[in-house]
Amino acid sequence: MNAASLYGRYALASIRAQMQYPVSTLTLVAGQFIITFAESMGAIALFDRFGVLRGWTLQEIAIFYGTANITFSLTEALCRGFDAFGESFVRSGNFDRILLRPRSAALQVMGHEFRLSRFGRLLQGLIVLVLATTWLGFQWSPASLALVTWAVIGGMAMFGGLNILQATLSFWTVDGLEIANLFTHGSVTAGQYPLNIYAGWFRRILTFIVPLACVAYYPVVAALGRSDPGGAPDWFLPVAPVAGFIFLGASVFAWRFGVSKYTSTGS
Amino acid sequence: MQALRPYLATFAARFQLMLQYRAAALAGFVTQSWFGGLLIMVLTAFYGAGGARADAPISLAQSVSYVWLSQATLALLPWGGDPSITAAVRSGAISYDRLRPLDAYWWWYAGAAGAMVSRVLPRAALICAFSALILPLLGFGDWSLRPPAGLLAAALYPVSMILVIVLASAIIMLINLGTVVTLDNKGLTSLAGAASMLFSGNILPLPLFPDWMQTFLFLQPFAGLLDIPCRIYFGDLTGAAAFAGLGVQAFWILALVGLGRLLTGGVMARLQVQGG
Repeated sequence: MNAASLYGRYALASIRAQMQYPVSTLTLVAGQFIITFAESMGAIALFDRFGVLRGWTLQEIAIFYGTANITFSLTEALCRGFDAFGESFVRSGNFDRILLRPRSAALQVMGHEFRLSRFGRLLQGLIVLVLATTWLGFQWSPASLALVTWAVIGGMAMFGGLNILQATLSFWTVDGLEIANLFTHGSVTAGQYPLNIYAGWFRRILTFIVPLACVAYYPVVAALGRSDPGGAPDWFLPVAPVAGFIFLGASVFAWRFGVSKYTSTGS
Repeated sequence: MQALRPYLATFAARFQLMLQYRAAALAGFVTQSWFGGLLIMVLTAFYGAGGARADAPISLAQSVSYVWLSQATLALLPWGGDPSITAAVRSGAISYDRLRPLDAYWWWYAGAAGAMVSRVLPRAALICAFSALILPLLGFGDWSLRPPAGLLAAALYPVSMILVIVLASAIIMLINLGTVVTLDNKGLTSLAGAASMLFSGNILPLPLFPDWMQTFLFLQPFAGLLDIPCRIYFGDLTGAAAFAGLGVQAFWILALVGLGRLLTGGVMARLQVQGG
C-alpha cells in the first residue's frame, strides 16, 4: 500500500471514530464556528466605525481574512498528531510503537487524527469569502481563484512545517510546548489582516523567521489585482508561496534530526 | 462566621492548588501579551496616523489601556464550567458533594471563585508590569497601559473588579448546572466562551461597536465582566455613569445568582448519579 492510501485509511478510521459520537462532534464544529465567527464580528465592527484600513477596503480584507482561516483550519484538521505530539507520543512513550512499524514515522503521526472539529473555522472562512463575493461584490477571475488556492496550499505547507517544528521541540522538552501556539495561532491571527498594517520589526519576523507574509499576504495581494504597497516587485507576489514549501522542507529536516536523537521515556 | 468556614476553606484550597501551575501562568503571560500586542497594532492601524479620530468614541490611548486590562484579566472570563465538577458528574463522585451538610450552590461557587482568582493574579501582575512599566522603557510608550483617569477611577476600579469575580462565578455556576443536567459541557462551554469574549469586549472594546448597539451592550450581563471596569478605569464612565455601571453589575449578580439557586434546587432533586 502506498503512503497516500495508507494515510487515507488512517483518516477514514479517525473520521469513523469521531462519528461514533455525532452530537459531540457536531457540537465541537458548531463551537469552533461560533467562536471564530464572533472574532470576525470584531473586524466588521471596526470597519463600520473607521471605514478603511490603510487603503484596504472591507472587501479586500475579507479575502485576506477568509484565506488565512481556510488555510489554518485545513492544517489543523490534518496535523493534530504533530500539534499534540509532546503529550500524546513523547511523554507517553507511544512514539516507540510508531518507530517499530516499517512505515514513515511522520506519516503515522499525521494519521493520528483527522480533526473534524476544525471544520467550524473552515466554515467561517468560506462564509467570509462568500460574503466578500455576494455582499461586497468581489469579482473573481480564474487568475485570482488560482492565486488564492495556491496561497492556501503554500500556507498549509508553512503551517504544517510550524506544527512539525513544534513536535520536534518536544523530543527535547518531553512535553507539549504551549508557547509554540504563539507561532501557529499567533500567525493566523496576524495573517487575517494585510501585513503592511503592522510595525516594521513585526513584519520582518513574519517574513523572514516565519514566512507568513509569503503565504498569507503577497499571493493574496496579487489575487486582488494590486501591487504591494510595501514595494515588493509584481513578479514576486505569485511566486512567494514557494517559501512555504522551503519552510516545510527545513522542518522535515529538523524532524529527522529530532527522531535520530529520540530517547524513549519508556517504563 | 462559623457557618462560612467550609466555603472559605474550599476557596482557599482551590486557590492554593491553582497557584502551583507557575509554568502555565508564564505561558499565559507570554501568549496574552502577544495577542494583546497584535490587537493594539490592528487598532493603531485603524485609528490611523497620530491616533486622533474625531469619530471614535474612545481615544487610541484608551483603547490600548482597554486591551491590556482585558488581557490581564482574561482568566476571569467564564470560559466554561468548573472542570472538577464536570469530572465529578462523569465519575459519579458528585454523590459525595450531595452528602456534605452544606449548601451545594455556595460550595461549588466558592471553589470556582477560588480557582479563578488564583489563575488571574499571577497573569494580571505580569501583564500589568509588562504593559505599564516595561513597554514605555522599551520605547513603546504609545502601546502602554496608562494610569487610571483620576482618584475616583482608581478607587472604583477595584470595586468593579470584585463585582467581576462575583458575576463571573455566578455565570460559571449556571454552566456547571447545565453540565450536571446534560452530562456534557462542550456545547454550553463553547457558547459561553464565544458570548463572553464578544460581549465582554475582549475581542474588540465594546465602545467601538456601532453606536446604535451601545445601550444594549451596556445593559447585557457580559459587559459587567470587562467593559464596565475598563471604562471606569480610563474615565469614560465617570460620576453617575460609573455608579450606573456598578449598578448594572450588581443587578446581573443578583439575577444570575438567584437563577442559579433556583435551578440548583430543581437539578439536585432530580439528580441521577453516574458510574458504579
